[in-house]
Amino acid sequence: MEKSPAEEKKARPEATDASGHPWVESLRAALPDTVVSAKSFAGQITVVVQKDSIARVARHLKDAEDFRYCVDVTAVDWKTRVPRFDVVYHFYSFSKNARIRVKCAAADGEEVPSIASVFLAANWCERETWDMFGISFSGHPDLRRILTWEGFKGHPLRKDFPLEGIDTGAAIYPEEWPEGGGPSGKDPNRKVVS
Amino acid sequence: MEAALRAAAGTMSDDKISQAEKDEAAYFAERAKAAAARAAEASAVTGTPPTLFDVQEMELNFGPQHPSTHGVLRIVLKVDGEKILEAKPDVGYLHRGTEKLFETETYPMGVPHTDRMDYVAAATNNHAYCLTIEKLLAVEVPRRAQLIRVILDELQRLSSHLVWLGTSGIDLGAVTPFWYAFREREQILDFFEEYCGARLTLNCMRIGGLPFDLTPGWTERVAEFVDDLPARIDEYEQLLTDNRIWKKRTVGIGVISGEECIEWGLTGPVIRASGVEWDLRRAQPYECYEELDFVVPTRQNGDTYDRYIVRVQEMRQSVRIVRQCLERLEPGEIRGKVPRVIKPVAEEVYASVESPKGELGFYCVSNGSNKPYRMHVRPPSFINLQALPRLAKGHLVSDLVALIGTIDIVLGEVDR
Repeated sequence: MEKSPAEEKKARPEATDASGHPWVESLRAALPDTVVSAKSFAGQITVVVQKDSIARVARHLKDAEDFRYCVDVTAVDWKTRVPRFDVVYHFYSFSKNARIRVKCAAADGEEVPSIASVFLAANWCERETWDMFGISFSGHPDLRRILTWEGFKGHPLRKDFPLEGIDTGAAIYPEEWPEGGGPSGKDPNRKVVS
Repeated sequence: MEAALRAAAGTMSDDKISQAEKDEAAYFAERAKAAAARAAEASAVTGTPPTLFDVQEMELNFGPQHPSTHGVLRIVLKVDGEKILEAKPDVGYLHRGTEKLFETETYPMGVPHTDRMDYVAAATNNHAYCLTIEKLLAVEVPRRAQLIRVILDELQRLSSHLVWLGTSGIDLGAVTPFWYAFREREQILDFFEEYCGARLTLNCMRIGGLPFDLTPGWTERVAEFVDDLPARIDEYEQLLTDNRIWKKRTVGIGVISGEECIEWGLTGPVIRASGVEWDLRRAQPYECYEELDFVVPTRQNGDTYDRYIVRVQEMRQSVRIVRQCLERLEPGEIRGKVPRVIKPVAEEVYASVESPKGELGFYCVSNGSNKPYRMHVRPPSFINLQALPRLAKGHLVSDLVALIGTIDIVLGEVDR
């Protein structure tokens, strides 16, 4: 039977409030005023916390709630929103067999406390986030670019970074790309090599 | 120089040597002292007595154009003689901005990009991507499609482990297994070619199901192949498992405990070789893995040899899984109810599969449009490579080759 558009819309999954979840309660109890909000979508818990307390949140989740495996650290650029970025952490607990997503908002140029001292695995993830988004992590042991090279201008995964790339100033093949020209496709001096 | 050495040994009185010679002597004495300290430190790590080669520290660039780095990986080594004091991996030579590309194309258009990440295991990449979007859409995949997906996944795991077996054997001087492993891999690639037309960049899954149904006779041929395979795996094991040279090169190399694996975020065969029985197919089953009967192989020592054993046993389990899926195959739908234009709700999900290398996850943020607002990949190779300095410290340069092989990295996935 065909569903009406209204019914179809109803069937779409929705996020629900998860502020009563035990992990969120435990975070609230241990670190008052850190939890901003919590939601649940597709069985996944997302907790938004204050940026400055992220290292303490990670420590609490690791020690008290047994989320010992840091799956991933990344970020999302919301471009026009204030503050601009979301830094997103995924943790996994072996004993619970469950994941938790922790997010914190950071403005452009703001420093986020590093969790590399809590989870060794976060080291390269934070370097990648710095490289791709330009979000700096304070207290990181070795915050260098990882996927692009030192001296690269800009942060590629920011929404205002052009897809075709930028002039990096690197003359890799000067005979094909004149100095200052990158492989942008827009370069009028580009010689087509057949 | 001679004066300096005699001064260092204390056989020449001070007033007979000039100030410059004194400085030189002090310099060499300082160097000798530091070298002795380093030698002691290195021998404390390795447990072997210091040797002649311990005395000079130098920096060595390993790669990016080195045949055993499996691609373009550069490792900046600080070596003292043959011993590695420090290893710093330098990645990014193959960075193509896949995550940026995802943002510019619609959801179905993202699937082929995933092929180019872990290019020896494209099916599991496709699977992880589709699984994420399906979770976001809350779409159910039909049973036949689930079974075929699992068959493709496990064939891909076999082919990926065969590539690993062949190449890491070659790295350590065992050339023969390579030819056997690639013979079988060739057959698997033929199956893929027959199914979807491609051999490496498969693009063999779609959001909500599969692009094609199986060709006639495919299941019979695959069944025949997986029936043959255990005997072939015995052949590889005959060449390596009790091989004295292979054991010398792998036993006790790169030992890491289960606790440390968790701390470093290591997944896949690496963590299972350290005694942690954790496999996403078992821990958080997706598709029809729940009903399938298979064992998660584990070992206790966490060295290179155990990781080899775990991978070989995983190949045997993959054979079991493929067999069970082939038995369960029944005619039916291969595509779920997915809207023509995919516009998920403005939400975020993370989904992951057990790829041959470890946990391969996708984190997708949607803003309600037909393109992902942000698509992040959690690549197992990237995170596993991070522990290389920890594994390599105190070992010899030739063991580094074994270690790069044993964590099974694919640079396309490391750099994306």
